[in-house]
Amino acid sequence: MANIAKKTLLDPLAEDNPVVLQVLGICSALAVTTKMDTAVVMSVAVIAVLTLSNLSISLIRNQIPTSIRIIVQLTIIASLVIITDQVLKAYVFEISKQLSVFVGLIITNCIIMGRAEAFAMQNGPGLSILDGIGNGLGYSVVLLITAFVREVFGSGKFYGMTVFPVVTEGGWYHPNGILITSSGAFFIIGFIIWFLRCWKTDQIEEEG
Amino acid sequence: MQHNTTYTFLFAAAICVVCGVLVSTSAVSLADRQEQNAALDKMKNVLTVSGLAEAGQDLDAGEVQDLFEKSVKAIPIDLATGEVAEGVDPATYDQSAAAADPNTSRPAPANNALIKRLPNTIVVYEVADSSGEPSLLVLPIEGYGLWSTLYGFLALDVDLETIRGISYYQHGETAGLGGEVDNPSWKALWPGRKAFDESGEVAITVIKGSAGPPESNPHQVDGLAGATLTANGVQNMLRFWLSEAGYGSFFEKYKSSERSY
Amino acid sequence: MEHYISLAVKAIFIENLALAFFLGMCSFLAVSKKVSTAIGLGAAVIFVMVITVPANNVINNHLLKKGSLSWINSDLAGYDLSFLGFLCYIGTIAAMVQIVEMAIDKFAPALYNTLGVFLPLIAVNCAILGASLFMVNRDYTFSESAVYGLGSGIGWFLAIVGLASIRERMEYSNVPLPLRGLGMTFMVTGLMAIGFMAFGGIQL
Repeated sequence: MANIAKKTLLDPLAEDNPVVLQVLGICSALAVTTKMDTAVVMSVAVIAVLTLSNLSISLIRNQIPTSIRIIVQLTIIASLVIITDQVLKAYVFEISKQLSVFVGLIITNCIIMGRAEAFAMQNGPGLSILDGIGNGLGYSVVLLITAFVREVFGSGKFYGMTVFPVVTEGGWYHPNGILITSSGAFFIIGFIIWFLRCWKTDQIEEEG
Repeated sequence: MQHNTTYTFLFAAAICVVCGVLVSTSAVSLADRQEQNAALDKMKNVLTVSGLAEAGQDLDAGEVQDLFEKSVKAIPIDLATGEVAEGVDPATYDQSAAAADPNTSRPAPANNALIKRLPNTIVVYEVADSSGEPSLLVLPIEGYGLWSTLYGFLALDVDLETIRGISYYQHGETAGLGGEVDNPSWKALWPGRKAFDESGEVAITVIKGSAGPPESNPHQVDGLAGATLTANGVQNMLRFWLSEAGYGSFFEKYKSSERSY
Repeated sequence: MEHYISLAVKAIFIENLALAFFLGMCSFLAVSKKVSTAIGLGAAVIFVMVITVPANNVINNHLLKKGSLSWINSDLAGYDLSFLGFLCYIGTIAAMVQIVEMAIDKFAPALYNTLGVFLPLIAVNCAILGASLFMVNRDYTFSESAVYGLGSGIGWFLAIVGLASIRERMEYSNVPLPLRGLGMTFMVTGLMAIGFMAFGGIQL
């Protein structure tokens, strides 16, 4: 049992990463990775919502009628996200201003729906929580790497602090403009996949 | 798992009720705190755009109120005539609600900032310097960017020509791109620019690339790298609000009143 | 009429949901291996969009917006239910997707099997929710919403079929083994996006 638990928690980091193997959660990986701080806020929010939604759906999985299961899952996910947003707006207003934009993105984050459908509907609450945390962490890893490259090489900053002084502020670094656009994020994730599959060769697709 | 139709209906109804109740409860019970936070944030923005407070400075509600009372005068004006609007309490006036209600607003003339309705009354702020003399006006501005409507303030010197600052307190633009309107380095490019040219036409332009210092290039400001549409939105809304359709009437009345507002 | 044509052209090319706004990427990248599957998913997306965007327009204008409840009773004019916006739009979309899923399962089971988990994922396809949210933000009328829904759907369809065609061609190229498949798809999509930036300067 402990083995399954460990596998559920750790697999999504490299073996079965939601972003680069299951192809879920891409839209937000492009939108929020221009800076480290937004990537961090989004990662924490996704881990929280994913865990709660997996738990809730897993608890009532045997009661949900098949014909309306998509709507039910979405209603639960959307409600969780809206409540999280409301609580943040009331208690930590500054952070909520950054997150409010992404609230819509979290609801439609395919990872949350994808894991609800593929895991929470078939497994108990304990494992579902671990699956939620694991996939959330796997998502965060890809997000943080992408954000790191985009912010440092795209604007010369890390977490808002200057690493390479840019020419427009009197420095020497010409920032890599392509990295600031979403195309840059695509290339970076492509490279992440390349390196990951050099390491985990079982993920290589035989037919291109 | 197959269930019969009645069960499906009941389950769907139950989920709707439960989720609806949870969401509405959280929205309604937290609404007061949220409104307070939003109002405080707006006031902080008025203070930072007018230079009375530093952006990001941690001020609590009491400090914000004190600074406000000392140096800021809230003046509700009738947008069309530019005169002081009677019977409006600036502390409780909700501009977006007024803009949505057909009784207190009117359709906006065609404009590039995608502003649909204009409230009849807008609260502007007159900020005094340390000697108590009116030194600048803080004007609410809004307009559409790329993903959302941006709400902010323009700080204009009482000479009604020199821009003293710009700041957005609410928007949904992409972080790192259009969201850079919040970047202090970009905001720092605005003080000293001139809004109008010699003939009195609105001349402020947001350009691609670097505009240089205000002394050599008073009518142009740097745009946002990778966020052309948001930058266009900023320019469009400034052009609208600085024109006749926006605060034009207010500027005329203010100039002629010798600042006895 | 001209207004609707320019709205449609903007939605298909200049503001292409997939390549200019990067919405709906998960299904876009995962289902574009073969042109036939891509056409199937693209058609489903067009269908869902052309129905949900106008439907959400009606919901927003008559139930959610501030003052919109006045048709029931003028006392209710003060209520602003826009915080229920996300739930309602997603609800409409999920309902439509459930119907589409049942239809495809019945009439095209081969397509149903190939699409797999990505068919229910249309419900969370950010492009579909995004189209509704843009429609709300820009305050379109009912007919504008219909045109916009159709245009956005067609734009997304063109993008995914384009990508699938490129991927089918690339099977004959010499891509390094670890980059083959998904990695290369990301790179190609990045390049397609740069290509679509050319439309960004067009003012209609």
